[in-house]
Amino acid sequence: MEIGPILRALTRNKLGVILISLQIAFTMTVMVNAVFIINERSKLMARPSGLDEPNMFYLRSTGFGDQFNSEITEQDDLELLRNVPGIVDATAINSIPISGGGSSDGLRLEDDPTLPSIPAAVYFTDERALNTMRLNLIAGENFSGSDVLHQRSSEGRNYPMAVVSLALAEALFPEEGQTAVGKIFYNDSNPVQIIGIVERLQAPWTNSFFVEQAMLVPLNFISSTSTYLIRTEPGQRDRLMVETEELLAGNNSNRIIRDLKSMDETREESYRLDSSMATILFVVILTLVFITSMGIVGLAVFGINRRRKQIGTRRALGATHAEILRYFMLENFFISGVGVTIGAVLTIAFSIALSSLFEMPTMGWYYTPAGMLILIGIGQLAVLGPSTKASRIEPAIATRSI
Amino acid sequence: MFLYYLRLSALSYRRNPILSSLMVMAVAIGVGAYMVIFTLNYVMGGNPIPQKSDQLFHVQIDSGNPNTQADPPPQLTYLDATALLESQAAFRETPTSKFSGILEPEGDSARPFSISGRGASADFFPMFNTPFLYGNGWDRAADNDLQQVTVLSKLMNERLFGGADSTGETIRLHGYNFQIVGVLDDWSPIPKFYDVNNNPFEEGAEVYIPWNLIIPLSFPRNGNTNCWKAPDAGQEGFLNSECVWIQYWVELRDSNEEADYLQFLNNYAAQQKEFGRLPREMNNALFDVEEWLLKEEVMPNETKILSALAAMLLAVCLLNTIGLLLSKFLGKSAEIGVRQALGAHKGSLFLQHVIEAGFIGLLGGILGLAVATAGLEGIKVLLGDDLMLTDWIQLNPTVVAVTLILAIFATIFAGFYPIWRACNINPAIHLKTQ
Repeated sequence: MEIGPILRALTRNKLGVILISLQIAFTMTVMVNAVFIINERSKLMARPSGLDEPNMFYLRSTGFGDQFNSEITEQDDLELLRNVPGIVDATAINSIPISGGGSSDGLRLEDDPTLPSIPAAVYFTDERALNTMRLNLIAGENFSGSDVLHQRSSEGRNYPMAVVSLALAEALFPEEGQTAVGKIFYNDSNPVQIIGIVERLQAPWTNSFFVEQAMLVPLNFISSTSTYLIRTEPGQRDRLMVETEELLAGNNSNRIIRDLKSMDETREESYRLDSSMATILFVVILTLVFITSMGIVGLAVFGINRRRKQIGTRRALGATHAEILRYFMLENFFISGVGVTIGAVLTIAFSIALSSLFEMPTMGWYYTPAGMLILIGIGQLAVLGPSTKASRIEPAIATRSI
Repeated sequence: MFLYYLRLSALSYRRNPILSSLMVMAVAIGVGAYMVIFTLNYVMGGNPIPQKSDQLFHVQIDSGNPNTQADPPPQLTYLDATALLESQAAFRETPTSKFSGILEPEGDSARPFSISGRGASADFFPMFNTPFLYGNGWDRAADNDLQQVTVLSKLMNERLFGGADSTGETIRLHGYNFQIVGVLDDWSPIPKFYDVNNNPFEEGAEVYIPWNLIIPLSFPRNGNTNCWKAPDAGQEGFLNSECVWIQYWVELRDSNEEADYLQFLNNYAAQQKEFGRLPREMNNALFDVEEWLLKEEVMPNETKILSALAAMLLAVCLLNTIGLLLSKFLGKSAEIGVRQALGAHKGSLFLQHVIEAGFIGLLGGILGLAVATAGLEGIKVLLGDDLMLTDWIQLNPTVVAVTLILAIFATIFAGFYPIWRACNINPAIHLKTQ
């Protein structure tokens, strides 16, 4: 092996080594951290909301004029919707999970405002919400139609019972989990009993720290705007979205139908910043890898051209194609080695900075070594072409002057 | 001489087209990517109202929960907003909040539709220098007498009146008639500094009405509402609650007015404390526009992370350029040797290579503008225009200038070591083998 000569030759071209290795180091820092961010965002985007999203959509009805009666309209609408063939169920609800807008309450185990509270998203809805959303009830039971209060928001927002997400049950009663059914918590000074627990139900705010803490409560607000959440038979959603809008618009002329949207669209919009970030970072990684490879190729070609005579001499003295190839591959391996070592330090430093500045989770240990291996691989690939060319230099060149 | 060196640069480019193009591409990508992020930061972190941002203040009265250490609420309660508005202690002042409503166009054919509205006082328009296409804002008398007047956005005026001067006409909104007194021209400050609680990058309101009317006419309120204590039942209960939902801005012309107003706020808070309100330690404050945008962290974390990554991308591209320039200039050793032997001064060799590096930088910069344009268009597509305004995501003259200058100087800077090496070769070695 010609490790000795390679290293000695490298020390004669320190700047070239530094340039390439720094370039590799920065490339690695950006690449590894970007991959980490992409993975984190993908994880966020992959969290299920608990709803049967592909088959669900919603719309809002806002009434106007003196003849509009919101309570009667809502009852009529729900009756009408639930009887449409293809619609499995429909519910009136104050806000839509993962949509970005909603209501939350601070909950406590005792009626004492000085205690810290546990936040939870509240969905004010009726007994059909559970079935409409197709939530997985894992303990207790749903509330019934007779439990549902119908009142104006100005008449208060107290509710005596709730169906909570498992995450909320665990947050309130850490030791209990599913067995928390029947327990009481307080919303201000009003006691609320947990009557059922669903496996999963997300809050409207996807970037909130309590996104998994949510509950359904049997309280339906009467107001000029009603939001209807609807689940259809599989494959019928797109057709029914159009038909439902027409149906409701035709049913009452003193209101408008707006915000018709599928849950899929809602998810796409709520996570658009995350998906954009992932795409941008992906482009950045590709660009960097391209530039760095080109840089490696450029400098390798230059280094080889400068040493054509030496290569020829070595060939004339009996070195094989493979030995010349190996020389340049090994040379690149050493340079990359220096680069990824610096890169590992930078990568970890940058990731620590990111996690402390932006409250991001810390990177798994395996990211850095994986990044080192990948960059060494990229370096070897980039230098393969020039090295092959170098190995084809004819021995006769040694005898020629330039 | 300059032109001669420029021609030499072009010749040198043609002699090594692949290496030179690689350099131009590296500079273009590095500078282009950096410019994309720079544009986002420049506008998102920019000053949306530079003429008077230091005279406009967001009012903070800490009405928060005494049992937590949370920051003071970023909005005001109805109690505080109405009390401040009544006092008229500032040069100009406006409470503001969002509402929605149904607009019923005249004629039977047009269907009613939902609008996004904003309540404001008469001062809102002169305070924020809103441009008017027709008419003007309303006067303070309209606020006090609860006159049903309105200002439309340019787009709403186009939709309702085909862009004609509609001042004096009436619209039917939420079941009430409003007289149009003014129509705004294009006005969408980025960020939407006067209300950062509700998406700072969204489009402005379509209809503006006196804020005093929102409650009496029971307009549906829209936008962030936060209560640390459940309000008592009924409309009255809500209005007297500690729920915050109103942004309050004042215009104060100098530091004396600012000090006076802060004193006024403290007196007001002390008085409220006597009534048993504002249980937290007194913490009233005024934030000017830039302080407020900073405090509310309007700029998304994403752009900050991307800034750091873009800087590193630029560094990689410049390192790349140094390496490639080194190769290129050392490859020209023979030519430099000849020039030196023929009596070329070191200074002129230096100048020649600075110009050659700058030439590559300029090409890289021009190509970088294309990269930046493509990048910004890409981001616009990614973000979509249904959730936020994206018109502002485009190259502006400042960014174009910065791009070109950055590209040229960065390349020359990257070229210093290679240039120095090139100017210091021993001509004899290179002449011998010729």
